[in-house]
This record gives sequence, structure tokens and C-alpha cells, in this order.
Amino acid sequence: MSINPAWYLSLSVVLFAIGALGVLVRRNVLIMFMCVELMLNASNLALVTFARQLHDIGGQVLVFFVLVVAAAEVVVGLGIVVAIFRRRSSANADDLHLMKG
Amino acid sequence: MIALLGVLVTSGTHPTLPDVGVFAVSAAIVLAGAIGVVVARNPVHSALMLVMTLFGIAVLFVLQQASFLAAVQVIVYAGAIVVLFLFVIMFLGVDKEENVAAEPLRGQRPLAVALVALGTTGLLLLGQVSRWTTGQHSVAGSDTGAPNVNLIGKSLYTTYLFPFEATSALLIIAVVGAVVLARRPPAATSSQALEEADAALDAPGADAVATVPAGTATPGTVVEPSDDGTADAEVGA
Repeated sequence: MSINPAWYLSLSVVLFAIGALGVLVRRNVLIMFMCVELMLNASNLALVTFARQLHDIGGQVLVFFVLVVAAAEVVVGLGIVVAIFRRRSSANADDLHLMKG
Repeated sequence: MIALLGVLVTSGTHPTLPDVGVFAVSAAIVLAGAIGVVVARNPVHSALMLVMTLFGIAVLFVLQQASFLAAVQVIVYAGAIVVLFLFVIMFLGVDKEENVAAEPLRGQRPLAVALVALGTTGLLLLGQVSRWTTGQHSVAGSDTGAPNVNLIGKSLYTTYLFPFEATSALLIIAVVGAVVLARRPPAATSSQALEEADAALDAPGADAVATVPAGTATPGTVVEPSDDGTADAEVGA
């Protein structure tokens, strides 16, 4: 046992908060995507910390699945961004109001 | 049992000095990179800051004896996902400076900062006062703290076999979806109207179609003002 796991969890909380703040504040779709990746990484860090603390390998297996799902999500999300950009010539989230009532 | 231990209870010895140093440096790198992602004006800079954060996380994984995940983190995230981000940024040509100071929704930023600060404080406080474990026994196997690639592999192919197979289906679906999304619409469609619609949308000034005033529309399209004052382009037969 080296570092107190509370430090890892606190770092994970702060990293998640920064990512959430980025999603809420920024308007560029690509940067919002990157902030989602930040939040996923924060949860991965928390999972690895819990896995070590509880001596349960399931946490690390879950991180593996999160990585796979994140990769798939990025591929589809960037595909959507490219498709939108082809139609609208903009990567700004505020310009995407086609479904506004 | 070991699993009954509270998460925030330290067990045993004091941390050694090298561990503390590595943790402090990599935590600083992680936080600096994360803040850089949020505040950078140029999306390319954001992507590079993201790489920094991901490497810091990988170092923290190594520090927690999760060496396999550290390798996967560097290969998949820094090697594939960020490269994909950079590729899309440069492919779309959106790597120009963004006016971060502009605030389209009045009051949204202070509200977002306040909400995130509240949530963060709440989580940190909750971590101090409560125990987050249920005392359930592990079904996946024990993490002995030693290098554990074989443990992860055994767990992945026995306990988590069905989710593992499901991820393969997910990846195939994602690949097919990305190809379908990125494909250009076919040039020759069955209907003449669809062709005209595609031509109008693919034109360089596609946005302008929705904003031309009534009466100046190109032949073949009928522009009708809608309820909220903007003009909707409808394709004539």
C-alpha cells in the first residue's frame, strides 16, 4: 500500500469536474467530445483505485470495457460531426438548432 | 474480509517518498492537461493537452500496478483516439481560434461553474463521511497487487465472456455506422426531388438557403416563411 486511495479518488473527482465544466462551458463540438473523454478517464482512475483497494480485478476489467466503448463512441461521434459539418459548415453547438420547436 | 474495508481507510505503512513524488508530478500533469483542454482556444492545442492528461493517467495506472491498462491507455487513447480527433480537426479545418469570451447564453457560465463546484464539494465531503462499499464478495477474482495480465485475461474469458463478446458486436456496429455516416450521399437517387434537395444542401452556401428572403429563391424551390420568421425551403416538384 503506497498512496492513500483517497488522493486518487479526489484527483478523479476534480478531473471529472473539469471535464463536466468543459462540456457545459465550451461551444465547440470537438472540444466538448474531448471533455467527455476527460470524464471517462476520471471514472477509469476511480475504477482502478477501487480495484486495488478492494482487491477485486473486476474494476480493471470494467476499465477495459470502458476503453472499448469510448473508442466506439468517439468513432461514431466524430462521424456525426463530419456529417454535420458537411451540411452546416460549422462545429459550433449553438448552430445546431434544426430540431428546435 | 478484505472487501469489507472502507475505501478511504488506509491500511498499513506510510507511503514511500518516490511514490509520493510520482503521484504528485503525474497528478499535476493530469490537472494541467485537463485545464488546458477546457481553456485552449485552438482545438489542436486541446487535443495535445488531452494527450498530456492521458499520459498522466497512464502513469497513475502504473503506480497502482495496473500495467496492462496503462499500456492499453497509451495505445488506444493516445495512439488511436487522439489521432482520430486530430485527423478530424484538420480534415474539417476548424483549427482556428475560437472566441472563448463570447457568452451566447447569458448567465450560463456562472451557473455551470457554481453547479460543478457544488457537485465537487459534495462528492469530496461524501467521501470523507461515508463508506462506499457494500461488502459483497468479488466474483471476478482477486487483485493481488502483482502484475496481473493473466488475471484480467482469465476474468475476461470466463466471468465476463458475454460482455466481451458483446463489445465485438459493438465495435462492428460502430465501424459500419461510421462508414455510413461519413459516406457522401449517392449522386443518383430515384427521385428528382431528392436530387435537388441534396444539391441545395451540398452547395457551398448551404446555410444561406434557409435565410434567403421570400421571392429571391432559386427556381424550383418554394420559400415559405414559417411561424418563427425564418424561411423554410421546400422543394418544388
